[in-house]
Amino acid sequence: MATNASSQVVRTGAGARFVIYTLLAIFCLYYLLPLYVMVVNSLKPLSEIQAGGMMSLPREWTVAPWQSAWATAQIGVAATGLKPYFVNSILMVVPAVAISTVLGALNGYVLTKWRFRGDTIIFGLLLFGCFIPFQMVLIPMARMLGLMGLAGTVPGLVFVHLVYGIGFSTLYFRNYYQQFPTELVRAAMIDGAGFFTIFRRIMLPSSGPIAVVCIIWQFTNIWNDFLFGASFSDFDSQPMTVALNNLVQSSTGVKEYNVHFAGAIMAALPTLLVYIVAGRYFVRGLMAGSVKG
Amino acid sequence: MATTANTRAGNDWLRNALPKLVLSPSFAMVVIFVYGFILFTFYLSFTDSRILPSYGLVGWENYAKLFKLRAWGIAIDNLLIFGSLYIIICCLLGLALAILLDQKIRAEGFIRTIYLYPMALSFIVTGTAWKWFLDPGIGLQAVMHSWGWESFAFEWIKDRDMAIYTIVIAAVWQTSGFVMAMFLAGLRGIDNEVLKAAQIDGASNWALYRRIVIPQLRPAFMSAFVVLAHMAIKSYDLIIALTGGGPGTATELPATFMYSYTFTRNQMGIGAASATIMLMSIAAIMVPYIWSELREKK
Repeated sequence: MATNASSQVVRTGAGARFVIYTLLAIFCLYYLLPLYVMVVNSLKPLSEIQAGGMMSLPREWTVAPWQSAWATAQIGVAATGLKPYFVNSILMVVPAVAISTVLGALNGYVLTKWRFRGDTIIFGLLLFGCFIPFQMVLIPMARMLGLMGLAGTVPGLVFVHLVYGIGFSTLYFRNYYQQFPTELVRAAMIDGAGFFTIFRRIMLPSSGPIAVVCIIWQFTNIWNDFLFGASFSDFDSQPMTVALNNLVQSSTGVKEYNVHFAGAIMAALPTLLVYIVAGRYFVRGLMAGSVKG
Repeated sequence: MATTANTRAGNDWLRNALPKLVLSPSFAMVVIFVYGFILFTFYLSFTDSRILPSYGLVGWENYAKLFKLRAWGIAIDNLLIFGSLYIIICCLLGLALAILLDQKIRAEGFIRTIYLYPMALSFIVTGTAWKWFLDPGIGLQAVMHSWGWESFAFEWIKDRDMAIYTIVIAAVWQTSGFVMAMFLAGLRGIDNEVLKAAQIDGASNWALYRRIVIPQLRPAFMSAFVVLAHMAIKSYDLIIALTGGGPGTATELPATFMYSYTFTRNQMGIGAASATIMLMSIAAIMVPYIWSELREKK
């Protein structure tokens, strides 16, 4: 199906092809422009930016903005750089992704291979939960985290992301397991294999691709989240996105654009790296999360 | 979970109940933290809550106040402007790029990677990059001036009437590649036989696309619309990073309005009412979509 380009039918002449390639190249420049701006300006002294040189390559190359953004820049009240917040984000992302993926796999398994009355409704409820505007849960969640003693902590953020991440991970595994032959599961049941044995021996070994899709999706979403981070963290538990925003919006002193750009790249690097290494799975996750319910 | 030491009857019961037991923590979490919380916020929208939740009912007063607030009117107008331009431009650009990329392009995978990478970035990163690029003092305008084009002016981000369009620029940059991927997947699913037949009948390339290909992309359009509309309504991070809602309140959207009224202006009742309106508008788009998707599968 993937080889089915309309181009096999639609014929284009040399002139038209020249136009097509030119257009495609122009749009490559458009999409790359902000990345270019960020990289180039994170490597030049502030004075070159202030002199209107944003589009030029650095005349004097320097990594000082990177060092500053990482270790010494003023974030909120402390001059710690982004490093501690980067660590916060990692501490937040890893458990949230791991737990939501495992739960998603189990849920998908139940919803496709151990079906019961009303399971579609349950799935629909889970699914709608992915798309609600989270403004609708901010107020009660703030109180709930307070009651649980998790207000303003990284574990609190893990919990929030876990709760609102389950819908998507369930969606991925459910759609994937739906294609998986139910006969195999039936046969194993007749042989006396139990619920978890079947999951471990039959479902898990073939779940690699969808697990990758799910992990990438959750990682990207949770790493990039801002709303929950801004609502439920204290100064010492802020994730990277919130810290970056504080760095850029801080109104005191000279605006160090080069440091801001270096910080922005640091915040973007983990997800960008995942995208470059496993882009195919990233796109699959995007499509599965939108095209199919 | 105890699975070993049970009687035979207990085993049978467990065997039947186990799948539901496994599902139940997730289900309970969603019932409480999604639907329970929705009900709670909905209830708060009818109370006199200010800095903290309070339970004195005031009827529709918060909604009446909300729709009299100038700030809410601005947020709604902005959402309409931003949302419609965002959806239309993303769809047109996405469709155009998908059709161009579908012409047996060399290095198609490479180009696709470039078009799609913004999707991997946080809106805070996107907002930061565009904020400084559009800043008249150091960005595009300053660059043009330093290149000798002294009269060049591009100050939208500082202009109350134009700032909302800078949000469109950055948001389109972030998402249009994704829409392109959706349309490309749609294009690859179209049956070539029909196209060949039409071509034998003498249809031009233009007619092929207009009459046959694009109408068949209806499902892709539907998905793109649903995804983009729901992203537009939820837009928050990008506004915070790019304009902070300003200049003044020129780029406030419902999501930023809700946040500031609830947490900084201590008008929690009104904040809850605005969140309820946001939920209603998303539900109006998502519920029919999810409903039809789940029904088709049966």
